[in-house]
Amino acid sequence: MTVIEETSVPSPRDGGADGGPLLEVRDLHVEFKTREGLVKAVNGVNYSVSAGETLAVLGESGSGKSVTAQAVMGILDMPPARIPQGEILFRGQDMLKMSAEERRRIRGQRIAMIFQDALSSLNPVLSVGYQLGEMFRVHQGMSKKDAKAKAIELMDRVKIPAAAARVNDYPHQFSGGMRQRIMIAMALALEPDLIIADEPTTALDVTVQAQVMELLAELQREYNMGLILITHDLGVVADVADKIAVMYAGRIVERAPVHQLYKRPAHPYTRGLLDSIPRLDHKGQELYAIKGLPPNLLRMPSGCAFNPRCPKAQDICREEIPALVPVTEQDGSELVGRASACHFWKETIHG
Amino acid sequence: MAELSKNDEQQDATPNVSEVEVVDAHSETEAVAAIEAPVERGEPILQVRNLQKHFPLTQGILFKRQIGAVKAVDGVSFDLHQGETLGIVGESGCGKSTVAKLLMNLERPTAGEIFYKGQDITKLSGRALKAVRRNIQMVFQDPYTSLNPRMTVGDIIGEPFDIHPEVAPKGDRRRKVQELLDVVGLNPEYINRYPHQFSGGQRQRIGIARGLALNPEIIICDEPVSALDVSVQAQVINLMEKLQDEFNLSYIFIAHDLSIVRHISDRVGVMYLGKMAEIGTDTQIYDHPTHPYTQALLSAVPVPDPDAREHRERIILTGDVPSPANPPSGCRFRTRCWKAQDKCAEEVPLLAVPERFQGSDTPAAHESACHFAEEKDVVHAA
Repeated sequence: MTVIEETSVPSPRDGGADGGPLLEVRDLHVEFKTREGLVKAVNGVNYSVSAGETLAVLGESGSGKSVTAQAVMGILDMPPARIPQGEILFRGQDMLKMSAEERRRIRGQRIAMIFQDALSSLNPVLSVGYQLGEMFRVHQGMSKKDAKAKAIELMDRVKIPAAAARVNDYPHQFSGGMRQRIMIAMALALEPDLIIADEPTTALDVTVQAQVMELLAELQREYNMGLILITHDLGVVADVADKIAVMYAGRIVERAPVHQLYKRPAHPYTRGLLDSIPRLDHKGQELYAIKGLPPNLLRMPSGCAFNPRCPKAQDICREEIPALVPVTEQDGSELVGRASACHFWKETIHG
Repeated sequence: MAELSKNDEQQDATPNVSEVEVVDAHSETEAVAAIEAPVERGEPILQVRNLQKHFPLTQGILFKRQIGAVKAVDGVSFDLHQGETLGIVGESGCGKSTVAKLLMNLERPTAGEIFYKGQDITKLSGRALKAVRRNIQMVFQDPYTSLNPRMTVGDIIGEPFDIHPEVAPKGDRRRKVQELLDVVGLNPEYINRYPHQFSGGQRQRIGIARGLALNPEIIICDEPVSALDVSVQAQVINLMEKLQDEFNLSYIFIAHDLSIVRHISDRVGVMYLGKMAEIGTDTQIYDHPTHPYTQALLSAVPVPDPDAREHRERIILTGDVPSPANPPSGCRFRTRCWKAQDKCAEEVPLLAVPERFQGSDTPAAHESACHFAEEKDVVHAA
């Protein structure tokens, strides 16, 4: 145990080479060529994460939250995907302009990803020890024996009981929560600066979800990592996020620090989501429901993509795409970190 | 209950499937009459007693021998009253979906009885069973796999009429299907479309329309909204509540989302590893849970309120749910329970009102299967 303690002590990390954010996504567009036409999955997304910070990206299926993350990771299938414009700056360097070899060095070592479905993201015919060790063998040229020792250490780190005995087991021999821990261990292996977690607990039961989220938060604190948490669960977001970006139809429609978003949403879509959570005092009454359906990305409505479902929609919403503008207090004083892409954000936040 | 025990005597308690096949015509007619009789609102319509389902584990290819059993459901009892919604919550693998299948008579129970209006449906066959099946319908979890992609919406919703033609005469079916589409909030002109032309929420509406087709009295909903987007979930929940009032339905609502279960349910049962851990009204379960598993489950649910995260008490359970093939002795929760003592390993706690609360009218006085049941408010803990 003492050996493990010594080696797993994290090296203290600076916030970023120049004190700026770790990762900055600027005006990112992603589109897919399909037989039915061009699908614009991401239409100008901006967000940034600093070291030690948790950004939650909230959105329904088809909102472009996962595609954005895949573009950051550089694991989009291109073609059919295409990135017509945008920048992804990692410590100030644009990753989209890097060579494949340079990106390969960042991926896994500096930015790692945790996927939703651990069973299908792990290789069923290789032992988990081998798969964990692969990180060290490929990136650091370690020997098989050393890599296995490291794998055991990692499994201990994510609190898998009897790690030394289970290192040669295969993914199907682990329970869902344990498999997700292995995914986390794999992402942590090379102590990356940033972890992107794409719905890490959606497939898990609540009691196990609580275990996994706590582990993730603990490791994040310890290594001072940046974390991008992609989810649709408003409860999980409230528990762990520092700031939130709400996505709808490939755009960020609202950005806010976590406490403010829940108290005073500045976009009708966010308000609708919050209102549709069943609340105690509304028992027996009808739930608030956002009417209609999320838009088809092939036939996007003109103007604001949310206008067919929005209770506040006016003519301008059908004509003009609202820009993501800073949100201010009623007296004009600034609300730090807040922005909304709604023509009527003032009415939405100030009542 | 008097009627219930009479029934017990008549048919003996042995649930042997092969014996049941022979039912004389007289008692069958009697059973059908009982099934078709209306039940007063608030009276029990479905009574489940000590229900068990064990799936055999076998070894060997040619000469299979049984080496054990997965005890998916192991002694579950509850009542469903007319017009109410009973929520059943629990983690995956706790047996809630198996209970649903048993209630639907899709699986034969290993032991135990399910009384529908006093008739034990596990022993029925022929006309009587058909009559029961008409009255208990199901809505499935995944609207993508539970609709046949090669059938039109009209065929899917109209198929129950082929089996029960007495509900809608042949010439009347198309109109009936269109009526159903209208009831669930879909355009009646969609009758000739195929499932792939609809979104997830719309498909779930089609599934609900199919469940309603035969005017059932009970609908069993197995995770009806968990595959849907957040903004669409509320629409489907509202629809289900509206239909309950309109058609006087009783629901068994199986889900893992505790806040939705609380919203829709009148009473809630918490299952753990094939057993019912605690059952009571929604207020009793959510505000006054006495079983440690319920308390842990409730405290683990993320609350959509960031202010609560600093001062919320969380019970984080260690480890995973044990295998139902080899459950722990005594209380099944004891391996993960912080209160566990020797007694818990030796004695199976029964589902009953705990002694200390008996006779008092506190909300904590509801059935809980724990030796050391005590109140702990985890939802409002500050």
